[in-house]
Amino acid sequence: MRLKGAEILLNCLKEEGVDTIFGYPGGALLPVYDALYHSDIRHILARHEQGAGHAADGYARATGKVGVCLATSGPGATNLVTAIATAYMDSIPLVCFTGQVGTQLIGKDAFQEADITGITLPITKHNYLIERTEDVAQVVKEAFYIARTNRPGPVVVDLPRDVMDNVIDFVPNHEEVSIRGYRVMKGVSTGQVINAIDLIKKAKCPLIYAGGGVVTSGAASELLEFAEKGKIPVTTTLMGIGAFPSTNPLSLGMLGMHGTKYANYAVSECDLLIALGVRFDDRVTSKIDEFARNAKIIHIDIDAAEIGKNVDINVPIVGQLKEVLQVINSKLEVVEEKHNQEWLETIERWKDEYPLRYSPSVEGRIMPQHVVEKIYDLTNGDAIIATEVGQNQMWAAQYYKFKNPRTFLTSGGLGTMGYGFPAAIGAKIACPDKTVIDIAGDGSIQMNIQELAVAVEYKLPVIICILNNHYLGMVRQWQGLFYEGRYSHTDMSHQPDFVKLAEAYGAIGIRVKEYSEVEPAIKRALAVTDKPVIIDFWIEREADVFPMVPSGASLTNMLGGN
Amino acid sequence: MKKHILAVTTENKPGVLTRVTTLFRRRGYNIESLAVGATENPNISRMTIEVYGDDQVIEQVTKQLYKLVDVIKIVDITEERSVDRELVLIKVKADANVRAEIVQIVEIFRARIVDIGRNTLIIEATGDSGKIAAIEDSLKTFGIVELVRTGRIAMVRGLTK
Repeated sequence: MRLKGAEILLNCLKEEGVDTIFGYPGGALLPVYDALYHSDIRHILARHEQGAGHAADGYARATGKVGVCLATSGPGATNLVTAIATAYMDSIPLVCFTGQVGTQLIGKDAFQEADITGITLPITKHNYLIERTEDVAQVVKEAFYIARTNRPGPVVVDLPRDVMDNVIDFVPNHEEVSIRGYRVMKGVSTGQVINAIDLIKKAKCPLIYAGGGVVTSGAASELLEFAEKGKIPVTTTLMGIGAFPSTNPLSLGMLGMHGTKYANYAVSECDLLIALGVRFDDRVTSKIDEFARNAKIIHIDIDAAEIGKNVDINVPIVGQLKEVLQVINSKLEVVEEKHNQEWLETIERWKDEYPLRYSPSVEGRIMPQHVVEKIYDLTNGDAIIATEVGQNQMWAAQYYKFKNPRTFLTSGGLGTMGYGFPAAIGAKIACPDKTVIDIAGDGSIQMNIQELAVAVEYKLPVIICILNNHYLGMVRQWQGLFYEGRYSHTDMSHQPDFVKLAEAYGAIGIRVKEYSEVEPAIKRALAVTDKPVIIDFWIEREADVFPMVPSGASLTNMLGGN
Repeated sequence: MKKHILAVTTENKPGVLTRVTTLFRRRGYNIESLAVGATENPNISRMTIEVYGDDQVIEQVTKQLYKLVDVIKIVDITEERSVDRELVLIKVKADANVRAEIVQIVEIFRARIVDIGRNTLIIEATGDSGKIAAIEDSLKTFGIVELVRTGRIAMVRGLTK
């Protein structure tokens, strides 16, 4: 079969099961876009390459499949960088195709040339520059394999224009990928599993600390079985939200800087910490020397380099979390209630004494936490919630009671403002039957607002709830708490009229300034089926996110929330 | 803190060295010396990396290196019975008065004079780090004009399993 490089590329994408790609055309990609013209792969036209990258990421997080995006050479590729770094920090499988100038022009500072493999070296799991059309099929196969296996991550594939244009004899290759320096992790070390079970049996105050790895590994039901069998309370990281139902009595919600008080007390008092698919991030541990200082630690992760990176581990287990938990569950006998009884009672007492709480509404003003609670009530906890970054993200994490994995899409590691809305678009395209809501701030939403055109064009009823305090709220909060109220450049009072902006794009805009209008506005938005809706909630301007562990303090040292 | 020698086998592809050095830079590990070249298999390169660190740091370096797709194998040969060599070229000031003395030093170290200029000599020496340091030290008094080292290469003795 005589095929162009670009046609081979699309053939390979279909072979990988790709049904949707998010992209933006340009000169170097003309051959690829010409091939797409006749293809049945759905292409979603972003309005900025960053939007395409985050949309592919949202698609990947919502489904567990590899997200695919496409951007042209030079500025197109560099515009993807933030999206790639976002996916890298959160271990999201992406394959990002970038256009490149012709191989003869590489290194000559040609028009729209950027060394994207060099630029993305530290923020990709791996990357490729394809130099021959003959290599296209093999590289694409490897790229998908690497992106989705072991600890997933983004892979960049750079496509020089002539490589896409050249015609060769193409023979499809259905062989399994085999890469000398890359082995897919399989199997479980039984010795360490026995050690782990031994510690679990002996522990009086055990605690599970579950992270994004549980979601990635598809191990939520194994986690539930493990926790219930062992009567072990569970706290999750931001990335682990949804891995364990927050409505379960064993759930302690999120730990860390803006975690619940009872989760932070529990981690400080536990005698055994079972760390599942986590990386002991500074936003979780705060002062690392005092983190879980009374506890022995079992750490299970697919990435050996995470074990022992930040804290010393008593029982390390490297493996697929789902597989490891299955083995543990099969060997663990049901723990009697009374074994952990005292510990569970202590935790219940903390829950009663220190629940999440916020100041009640005064004079009809809108508290942001109330908005999130209403969104939860009206969606039954079944929606996919994307967030931007800052206060909006923390309120969403604290007050929406997530039940299922892959329903909370947030930039946890990199903390990318402007992530949520394009990610919501990707999720809605992946899951058209789900309600998809972006909980946003007035600062973040302006970072990728241009993607409204995408949601309108493809008739996507994504709801954007702007918790509008006319501030860069999280930075303002820190300035208030630690910089004597000097609100340096965090006032965002100069902003567009978001209702008119929505209408200008062909979306629906609703402004809510009164407490009593919150519920009707959300109901109205939920009833829309063919276009995006912005609800601009004018919230209490100086509402803070509490509890809060000041940077570098011990986890028991929490401000606010009383 | 201790000096470790890592023998790293990699794919012989463009950019592999950059991947390795970028990783060291990003994670804040310091390369003491680095030597790289092809092996008996033209598709495989071998890097010998000297790096300072306690056991925990070296463990992290090793695990992070293993995550690079192009890295095939890493052996910490610090504790292994191994042969290690480094090559150095030293240009030293050498007018007529001191030449004889320098030639004598060169002989003692079983080094070689590879170039004779009007007022300088270039000396080539190979050996382990101790020997290289000693010859450098001995020639210092004459005035070293220029010095280039290859970085250490190393190989485990005998047959490995």
